[in-house]
Amino acid sequence: MSEIVLEGRNIIRDYHVGGGLFGKDKSVRAVKGVSFTLERGKTLAIVGESGCGKSTLGRILTLIDPQTSGELLIEGKPINIAKDTVTPELRRKVQIIFQNPYGSLNPRQKIGEVLGEPLLLNTKKTAAERRDLAMQMLIKVGLGPEHYNRYPHMFSGGQRQRIAIARALMLSPSLLVLDEPVSALDLSVQAQVLNLLADLQDEFNLTYVFISHDLSVVRYIADEVMVMYYGEVVEYGTRDEVFANPQHSYTKTLFAATPKADVESIRARIEKKKAAA
Amino acid sequence: MALLEIKNLSVGFDTSSGLFMAVQGIDLHVNAREVLAIVGESGSGKSVAMLAVMGLLPKTATVTADSMTFDGHDLLAMSSNQRREIVGRDVAMIFQEPVASLNPCFTVGFQLEEVLRVHMKMDGKARRQRAIELLKQVGIPTPEERLNSFPHQMSGGQCQRVMIAIAIACNPKLLIADEPTTALDVTIQKQILDLLVGLQAKHGMGLIMITHDMGVVAETADRVIVQYKGRKMEEADVLTLFESPKNAYTRALLSALPENATGDRLSTVADFMKNEAANAGVAP
Repeated sequence: MSEIVLEGRNIIRDYHVGGGLFGKDKSVRAVKGVSFTLERGKTLAIVGESGCGKSTLGRILTLIDPQTSGELLIEGKPINIAKDTVTPELRRKVQIIFQNPYGSLNPRQKIGEVLGEPLLLNTKKTAAERRDLAMQMLIKVGLGPEHYNRYPHMFSGGQRQRIAIARALMLSPSLLVLDEPVSALDLSVQAQVLNLLADLQDEFNLTYVFISHDLSVVRYIADEVMVMYYGEVVEYGTRDEVFANPQHSYTKTLFAATPKADVESIRARIEKKKAAA
Repeated sequence: MALLEIKNLSVGFDTSSGLFMAVQGIDLHVNAREVLAIVGESGSGKSVAMLAVMGLLPKTATVTADSMTFDGHDLLAMSSNQRREIVGRDVAMIFQEPVASLNPCFTVGFQLEEVLRVHMKMDGKARRQRAIELLKQVGIPTPEERLNSFPHQMSGGQCQRVMIAIAIACNPKLLIADEPTTALDVTIQKQILDLLVGLQAKHGMGLIMITHDMGVVAETADRVIVQYKGRKMEEADVLTLFESPKNAYTRALLSALPENATGDRLSTVADFMKNEAANAGVAP
């Protein structure tokens, strides 16, 4: 059995909403006790609609927000950022890629600086070494050395997402959290980025947590699937189990809502329409 | 006779690096009671072509066409004032970002009644009544209270419902929906698509669905136009398109769908076009 990279035990996250001058404070439980394990080199997909807590969970896994209670283990070591200080070594291991490639890059930073910055902050590499590594990474993600001195506005959405992926990989992490990485992209560009992610996973033996609401993408990329609904995990299993035999009614609703692009479904729809007319 | 008929439409933009042709010689027509989907990736000119029909393009754009008729009116010969009477009443449009296309400073009720005041010349009481009726039609609960809500107090799906209510307020003959569900969740997407197609069938409207999502096309369209770099690649009824796509680009788009993946990598449009070019013996 291969090594477990990420484990969550009953993770809970509350948000406190101020009630104003005279009102009472309220607390919203965004993540209600989530447990899972994830092996090295595998992909866990977290599926759910907006507001179901999937991004909150992603932020906890990336050590951006602390969990309110529960245990988070990265490579077997428990970590709670509310109490412990996070070592640069640990920060290096977990990286995140956000949904919107337009918002996640600083418009005033050249691509070279975007890629060099994680190294500058976390390692003692010299400027020349950082430059070389950044150049290599640009080629890895399908861009070229000529892009090193350009600014983010000079790139298309798909290219920017490649840059965001390159930045996340600069510190050779073992775990990558992908928060809706292809939702903002066109179908053809989406296919390119998904292929790139699959190539990189094979090459670096990366572990992915893939947050998405698009079931067709999830079916393609995931090994394991977790369906969340109002902060709770309503379904958790291997991809084939979940897709072949969904148990919870919400999962079934989700499957029913996903557009079907096969010829039989189209024929059925057209016949139904003719019958109604 | 077709409801909207366009022959050889071209749209160019004056840019600092010369004229950029966003749409190059597109023919299209929509009949009443028909759902036409226009598919293409971003930059294929699918929105620009429809904005040209609506007359909503900026001054830097030059629109040329051999003919452009809507319901017997020649859109090219019309003054912009005459055109404005048709746009919004007989042709209505829904945009991609529901939250951004509503004015944040006014209540939903005000924005809905504005259309009725301008185009239908209704008095206050009648407007109110019609507004409530419209919100009911698009499935918003407690419409009487919702009329006083501001857009930021509603969810994205509800804002899109309000946009649809505004668009169908004057019983348009043609509704153009520009990526109506791209910003929404799958479950909400399903509801909005069902609503649009339901309203289309009920009122016998023509519906043009602009999208890049093949799933949306499969779920809604009668006929499909595939557009790439401002040109029409293929036109076919929906079943033929999915069953036996003729054009190389259409085949590439369909094979890029994650559910059509064979092996562990997806085929991309770029690879496909390169192969096609190699087969044809020309450089890509």
